Amino acid sequence: MTLLPEEIKKDFPLLQRTVRGGNPLVYLDSGATSQKPVQVLDAEREFYERHNAAVHRGAHLLAEEATDAFEAAREKVARFVGAVPGEIVFTKNATEAINLVAYAMSNAATSGPEAERFRVGPGDEILVTEMEHHANLVPWQQLCRRTGATLRWFGITDEGRLDLSELDSLVNERTRLVALTHQSNVLGTVPPIELIAAKARQVGALVVLDAAQSVPHMPVDVASLGADFLAFSGHKMLGPTGVGVLWGRGELLEAMPPFITGGSMIETVTMEGTTFMPPPQRFEAGSPNVAQAVALGAAVDYLSDLGMENVHAHEVALTGYALERLGEIAGVRVIGPGTTEARGGAVSFTVEEIHPHDVGQVLDELGVEVRVGHHCAKPICRRFGIPATTRASFYVHNTLADVDALADGIRQAQKFFGTA
Amino acid sequence: MQLEAMYQEVILDHYRNPHNKGLREPFEGEAHHVNPTCGDEATVRVHLDGAGRDAVVADVSYDAMGCSISQASASVMTDLVIGKSVKEAMGVGEEFLALMQSRGQDVDLDEDVLEDAIAFAGVSKYPARIKCALLAWMAFKDATARALGEAA
Repeated sequence: MTLLPEEIKKDFPLLQRTVRGGNPLVYLDSGATSQKPVQVLDAEREFYERHNAAVHRGAHLLAEEATDAFEAAREKVARFVGAVPGEIVFTKNATEAINLVAYAMSNAATSGPEAERFRVGPGDEILVTEMEHHANLVPWQQLCRRTGATLRWFGITDEGRLDLSELDSLVNERTRLVALTHQSNVLGTVPPIELIAAKARQVGALVVLDAAQSVPHMPVDVASLGADFLAFSGHKMLGPTGVGVLWGRGELLEAMPPFITGGSMIETVTMEGTTFMPPPQRFEAGSPNVAQAVALGAAVDYLSDLGMENVHAHEVALTGYALERLGEIAGVRVIGPGTTEARGGAVSFTVEEIHPHDVGQVLDELGVEVRVGHHCAKPICRRFGIPATTRASFYVHNTLADVDALADGIRQAQKFFGTA
Repeated sequence: MQLEAMYQEVILDHYRNPHNKGLREPFEGEAHHVNPTCGDEATVRVHLDGAGRDAVVADVSYDAMGCSISQASASVMTDLVIGKSVKEAMGVGEEFLALMQSRGQDVDLDEDVLEDAIAFAGVSKYPARIKCALLAWMAFKDATARALGEAA
C-alpha cells in the first residue's frame, strides 16, 4: 500500500476547522469539489495583489505580466495532460467545455466547408453511455434535438462496468461522435477508452471524454488516449471554481466554429461581418478567468510535485481499504466495481433500509462529509433500481483513518435507525 | 448528539408506520412533486367534499419515495389535513411553512394547529433537509388547487 504522507493535510487550511459541535472534519466529497491547498490560494491572491490587468490587450507593464501569467498557466495545464498550449481552451467549467463542442457542432450547420466534419443531422448517431454525468449527457441529447441526430448509449453491467457486448453495432458508420466518461463520478469505473476510441476512429467518429474525475486523480496523456476532446474542471483538482479546460486536437480546434462570440475572439470586425482568431482565443470570448487560470496553474504544480502516479496509487490504496471496510458491514451494498481494477476513488453505496439522506445526516453529525443523492447521474440510479446513493470520494489529503471514520459512521447510522 | 433533536420519536414513528400511504380513489386532484437535488418523489391525491375553500378535505392519499423526513412529513400531513376545510388545511400548511423557514429560531407559531408537525422544528436548522419536509405539503397544495379547478 503506497500512501502519500499525512502532512499533506497541513497544506489545506479548511481541513483544519471543526464542524458540528467540534468534530474534526473528515472531508470525503472531493468528487463534488476539492479543497484548496494554501499554495493555490496564495497564487490567486498574489495575482490580484501584484499583476492584475486585462490580458491580451494594452501595452502597459501590468497587462504584460497578467498575460504572461495567464499563458504560463495554459502551458502548465498543457504539459500536465501531454498537450501543446494552443490546444488548451479555458472555459468556466467542464460542463461549459462539453457544451462548447456540442454548440460548435450545431453552429457547423451554418459555417463554411471547413466545419463539414462537425455537422450532424437526421440519420447520424451520437453515442454516449448510461453512466454519464448529466454534463456529458444533456448537451448531447439537446444537440440531437436541435439537429435531428439520434442518441444511442452503452448500458452498464451489474458490476458497474460499461457493457461492451454491443460495441460493434453501437459504433457504426452512422456514428459521428462518441462522448463518454473517463471515470464515472458515481461508480468509479474507468472504461477502456483506448479500445472505444480506436473503434470510433475506424468509423470516423469524434471522441469526447469527460475527464472531470480522471485528470485530478490519475496521470492523463491525451496523445495515448486516442480521444479528440477532453473536458475537465479546475475546482475538482485543487484549483478554484470558475475555471475549466477543454483540450481539443489541434487540427479540429482549427476547423471548429466558435460557440460564444464577442470580444477577445475576433480578428477584424465590420458592421457587415467578423473574422475570428485562431484557437484557443477563438473559444475564449470576453474577459477570461485569468486569476482562476493562474491558480489552476498552481494546482497543477502542486499535483505535479506530488506526482500523479503517486496520487493515483494513494487513491487506489484508500479505495481498496474502503471497499474492504464497507464489505464488512451487513446491509451495505457498493454500487460499482468491487475491486480497484480500472476503478477510481469514488465509492457509492446504499445502506439497507436507510435512505442516503439519512445516512448522510448521521455522518455529517460526526463530521464526515459525503455526498448523497443522484450525483447528477440519474440514469445510473434507474439502472440499479435505487433512488439515490451515498458517495465517499477521496483525494490526496485523505487517510485510512478517514475511511475508518466513514465505516464507523455507517454503523452508527444503522444503530440510530435500528436496522442493525 | 443533535440527531435526536432532528429525528424526534414522532418522526421516526411516522416513518416506520406511515398513515394514509398508498394511492386511493376517489380523488379530484393529483400532483407529483420531485426534489431535484436528491431525486425524492411524492404523488398526492386529494378528495374533496363540497366546493370552494369551504369544501372538506375528505381524503388524502399518497405514494412517496424518499428519506425519513419526507416520508414522515407526508404521513403527518395527511393526519393534519383530512377532515378539515380547504381553508383550514391551507392555514396549517402556512404554519408549517413558517416553521420550516424559521431556521431553528423561535417564531410565533400556533402549536395547537401544528400538532405532530411541531416535531419538525429541528429539521428547520438544516437547510438541505427543509425541502424534504415540504415535499408532500407542496404536492398537497397543488393537488388541492387542481381539485378545485384552480390550476391545470
